[in-house]
Amino acid sequence: MKWFQRRDTADDEQRRELESYLEIATDENVARGMAPHEARAAARRKLGNYTQICEETYQMNSNVLLDTLRHAAQSLRLIQRNPLFSVFSLLTLAIGIGANTAVFAVLNAVLLKPLAYPQAGKLVSVQHTAPGAPGMSDASSDLRMSASMFFTYYDHNRSFENIGAWTPTTATITGLGDPEEVRVIAVTDGLLQTLNVRPALGRWLLKDDQTPGAPAVMLLSYDYWQRRFGGDAAVIGRSIQVASLPREIAGVMPKGFRVVDTDTDIFVPFQFNRAQLILPGFFLRGVARLRPGQTIESAQADISRMIPVWMDSWPAPPGVPPHNWERWRITPTLRPLKQDVVGPIQNGLWTVMATIGLVLFIACANVVNLLLVRADARQRELAVRTALGAGHGRIIAEMLTESMTLSFCGGLLGLGLAFGAVKLLVATGPESLPRLNEIGLDARTAAFAFLVSLLAGALLGLIPALKYARPAVLDSLRSEGRSSSLSGERHRTLNTLVIAQVSLALVLVVGAGLMIRTFRALVEVRPGFTKPETVQTFRVDIPPQLISDPGRVTSMQRDIAANLEAIPGVSSAGFANTLPADGQPPFWDSIGVEGRPLPPGEFGPMRRFKFISPKFLSAMGTRIMAGRDYEWRELLEKRNVVLVSDNLARELWGTPANAIGKRILAGPAFEVIGVVEDVRDNGIQEPAPATVYWMPGGQGGPAVRNASFSVRSSRTGSEGLLRQIEQAVWKVNSNLSVAAIQPLSDIQRRSLARTSFTLVMLSTAGSMAVVLGVIGLYGVISYAVARRRREVGIRIALGAEPGAVKQMFVGHAFRLTIVGLGVGLVAAAGLSRFMSSLLFGVTPLDPATYSAAAAILAAAGCLAGYLPARRAAKLDPIETLRSE
Amino acid sequence: MPRKESPLQSEMLQGTLDMLILKTLVLGPAHGYTIAHSIEQGSNEVLQVEHGSLYPALHRLQKRGWIASFWGTSENNRKAKYYRLTPEGRNQLAAQSSRWEEVVRAIGRIMKPVAEK
Repeated sequence: MKWFQRRDTADDEQRRELESYLEIATDENVARGMAPHEARAAARRKLGNYTQICEETYQMNSNVLLDTLRHAAQSLRLIQRNPLFSVFSLLTLAIGIGANTAVFAVLNAVLLKPLAYPQAGKLVSVQHTAPGAPGMSDASSDLRMSASMFFTYYDHNRSFENIGAWTPTTATITGLGDPEEVRVIAVTDGLLQTLNVRPALGRWLLKDDQTPGAPAVMLLSYDYWQRRFGGDAAVIGRSIQVASLPREIAGVMPKGFRVVDTDTDIFVPFQFNRAQLILPGFFLRGVARLRPGQTIESAQADISRMIPVWMDSWPAPPGVPPHNWERWRITPTLRPLKQDVVGPIQNGLWTVMATIGLVLFIACANVVNLLLVRADARQRELAVRTALGAGHGRIIAEMLTESMTLSFCGGLLGLGLAFGAVKLLVATGPESLPRLNEIGLDARTAAFAFLVSLLAGALLGLIPALKYARPAVLDSLRSEGRSSSLSGERHRTLNTLVIAQVSLALVLVVGAGLMIRTFRALVEVRPGFTKPETVQTFRVDIPPQLISDPGRVTSMQRDIAANLEAIPGVSSAGFANTLPADGQPPFWDSIGVEGRPLPPGEFGPMRRFKFISPKFLSAMGTRIMAGRDYEWRELLEKRNVVLVSDNLARELWGTPANAIGKRILAGPAFEVIGVVEDVRDNGIQEPAPATVYWMPGGQGGPAVRNASFSVRSSRTGSEGLLRQIEQAVWKVNSNLSVAAIQPLSDIQRRSLARTSFTLVMLSTAGSMAVVLGVIGLYGVISYAVARRRREVGIRIALGAEPGAVKQMFVGHAFRLTIVGLGVGLVAAAGLSRFMSSLLFGVTPLDPATYSAAAAILAAAGCLAGYLPARRAAKLDPIETLRSE
Repeated sequence: MPRKESPLQSEMLQGTLDMLILKTLVLGPAHGYTIAHSIEQGSNEVLQVEHGSLYPALHRLQKRGWIASFWGTSENNRKAKYYRLTPEGRNQLAAQSSRWEEVVRAIGRIMKPVAEK
């Protein structure tokens, strides 16, 4: 076991052997007539490099790992000996590696890990595009499935093992204490079978449960089961009132089970009556599992041929030709299900990952600068060691071990930081992040941290090692380290690093700047409502099982609105079927315009339909551009009046004022009495849809059973107001639930969430980059000042103005900055188009952002140069010259 | 690393040095100095061995089990580390010499094709 023998013993043996050689050789030389000390010197010459022989033999015996550990221990001692350097480098690396690890943990959980279903790679979402559907901005790219479509695919497809459809909704549960609105997912047969997750308790929903008239059943989600029933297994078989209909609990789904991207409290089966289904009603989301051997392309071809079958198999609504939908050019588009879950965050996350990677690079460059400077200071030591027999390999290995030790300590700290950061992130729960509950540090993340540390360590070690492992022994020994200013080549390395830092920092600042402009553009958009933080919103559902007469629904809602307006501090209150960007499914249809008949069989473009009560607009702060709002009297008398949006009025009649008194046709004719400001209903980044505002329960449409109320009050969000709101609702009917209570600003914030998430990440990365870049530049200039003290001293002694000295160094900093900015501008212009999907109201090449970013960095660069330059100008020449 | 090397020595293949050491030890155990000298003198001083480089080589051979070492007393009464050939080393030497001869013949054929005829 020679490996483990102590170095002392091994060395001792080798030394004794070499000593014996020297004695024998000296004897021989003396015998040949040399003087004794001359004889010994000759023997030594003949032997060669004594230390190196010991070293070579020793390395042959030693174990690489042990040796590395020994180097690492030495490095740790070095780290201890230079606390300031070490703390700075360790912190830099820890933050850099930590940030990268944290972002990777998110990226890994959200984008890389497969979905939590068995063989999730086989799952596809079944979507449609309908580029021919006029006016439906959200249907042209993503048309949902109708029930008849689902059955067509279900019956005829040859590519799927299973196919199912679902839609989220809500329902009120009564009879278990206060009425409570719960989240519901309604599923067709095949949905659970497609996802293939078995219930944790009880049974699945089966085909028989979907038959009309079958006993009503449901499944509970694990969380709801825990929350409402304390995880009691005896709930199976129990009946509870869901939307005033008793349903038997058939089973409980396992913990963490969600349908695609949606959490729910209960699952209920659809009970479609096939005999009554018609073609339209596009509200279902489809999921399918590919048969073995099928690809997305083959499955797509398979179901594309079913669109004509679908149009032939089901009746159209009265008055509509069955092939009306041919003009919509409906095409199925299958996508990996993961894409649906991940959604639009994908682009943002990769952008953040890339930026944070750049930050690490800039951070590493700073540490490399420090290591280079230190290696320069150690040049003499290295030269001496080389002269004493240390091999190049040994020195490179040592430098690499040192940088690796540094980066692994940094990586370990970073892993800790990342752990904290991820905990914090999950706790804050940004709504824009899907699969939030799956985010955590796992083996892959740890491996990533390890890899990043390895790369960082290699980068840190290799540059100084390549520069300094072959010191010019004689030169540095002779010059005694005095006048040895940096050689041109080494200067170039430092300068290149700083230029790279400045240019990368510019790229990040430009990215952050573009996001800031995007955010400001979004905030400045008039969304169609004002001061959302003073609008309290909530939903009240009145199910048909509770109140069957639609007329009574509307009058109850009017009573609720009247009670709400009576609350002190409430200026107005109303309700609508949806709120802007609240994610509720919108209504669409086409309308006719009086005096402009369409050719027979033609239909006008699709318009967004909204159902609103009087005062809803004033509660929201939506302006009326011409005409007036409804009155309750008109609603109760079912007068044929209607409001239209500004863009619709302009499209049809030129100006808002012109629209007043015109009539639109939807069954009977409706008189336009008011024109309403455009509302960005699809989210702030999307254009406002052309909208027709109908009275709920009037001639234009059904009663709105699930109404979203909005209340304008300065007391929004206060506990007192919430109690009063509940009282106002329960005074009308105590079986009603008050759900989804939130200020309107929350809804708005959620629609801005992706932008603000990316903005915060990019701004953080950008500011880190600027600070790190400035530190790097400061370091290099300070170092240049330090190395040129003598020169500066002489200059000042010979009469150089302090100003000129200052200028010399500031100029140096400025030149580096300018080159960095030039490179950075080109890089930013090239890279920013990758984030164009994240931008709004600003082009990726926005000149204002670019010049502002460049100006910030130029100023920072000059400052970084100025501080050391001022020190140089204040040098006392006598002291400087004497000190050496 | 400035290490003076005679042209011939730097061209000397590592395996060759090993073989020469083994060959030297066929005659009986010897210490480092003797081995170096034997090689130099045996080659009429053509092969200059830097004596220092001998020791790592000896170490390597010992690790492979081709030679063994013991401490003994030298001719002029100095303590010295002696090396002797192991049976394994003997086999190794036989194998190496026959390969060596093969190589030398092959090179010879190329260098002097006419003389070979």
